Amino acid sequence: MLIHSFFFYFFSIIAIFSSLMVITSRSTVNSVFFLILDFISVGCLFIMVGAEFLGMIILIVYVGAVAVLFLFVVMMLNVAEQKQSWFIGKKSTHIPTGLIVSVLIFLELLVVVGGWKYKDNLMSSSTLQISNISNTHQLGLVMYTDYILYFQLAGMILLLSMIGAILLTYRERSGVKKQSYLKQISRNPSSSVELKEVESNKGIKIDD
Amino acid sequence: MIEISLGHYLSLGAIIFFLGVVGIFLNRKNVIVILMSIELILLAVNINLISFSIFSGNVVGQIFTMLTLTVAAAEAAIGLAIIVIYYRNKGSIRVEDIHGMKG
Repeated sequence: MLIHSFFFYFFSIIAIFSSLMVITSRSTVNSVFFLILDFISVGCLFIMVGAEFLGMIILIVYVGAVAVLFLFVVMMLNVAEQKQSWFIGKKSTHIPTGLIVSVLIFLELLVVVGGWKYKDNLMSSSTLQISNISNTHQLGLVMYTDYILYFQLAGMILLLSMIGAILLTYRERSGVKKQSYLKQISRNPSSSVELKEVESNKGIKIDD
Repeated sequence: MIEISLGHYLSLGAIIFFLGVVGIFLNRKNVIVILMSIELILLAVNINLISFSIFSGNVVGQIFTMLTLTVAAAEAAIGLAIIVIYYRNKGSIRVEDIHGMKG
């Protein structure tokens, strides 16, 4: 019990601290770093409390996709400011924050194994724990049978957001040569091969 | 204090939710931080759902968390795409510069 509460306070204090830093820190890149730390802390908390699958999903989806997407957009949009703070000034402001965040993440990843190990004597009071079946197994049993419709619906939402994001950011570029399959397929020998009479000492100009 | 109960997890969720809401109103810098605050709010919702699911021994809460997570990822992708095209058109994503709708 004591060990479990120690782990809980460890992760939750880091989560609260980092979410405070997300909304107050001066530079946006630092905010994204602390957002990543926040996601990892909450993911560790989920693993510790017994929802291992969702903890891992939080690590993969939030940290691996969403936070990196944020970082990507931040770096793409504030190019001028970033260049100033990264290359012109000798002291970069992002490196210390990045170090702090990565050391904290490393500590959490070390600690979470212990938290997960001690979860069994915590959950003895809860009402309906099916033992000898893992969390992932439980989820799989329910999700692909009773909730298959919601699962498919989630997939449709993801597809829709993908189409929307591509459609929003797409722009027509001029002066770019592209392969056109229709043109390639629909050409025939009579239109593509041409015989020319070449005059001597003059040559012929070929333009494409 | 020592024994971790459902209330501890709900308090953690409430604090993170509160910080996310404060972040939306406090922020005067750029829109990306507002999107990050929305992500914090969704994370707090996930904490609540999972802790209820674990402490009541019902796995449906975790299924619902997965749906929330999907919606959050879709929302982040669409929101960031909107920010990118806004920046491309107007050249700025500072909050005080965004007043096209006179809101």
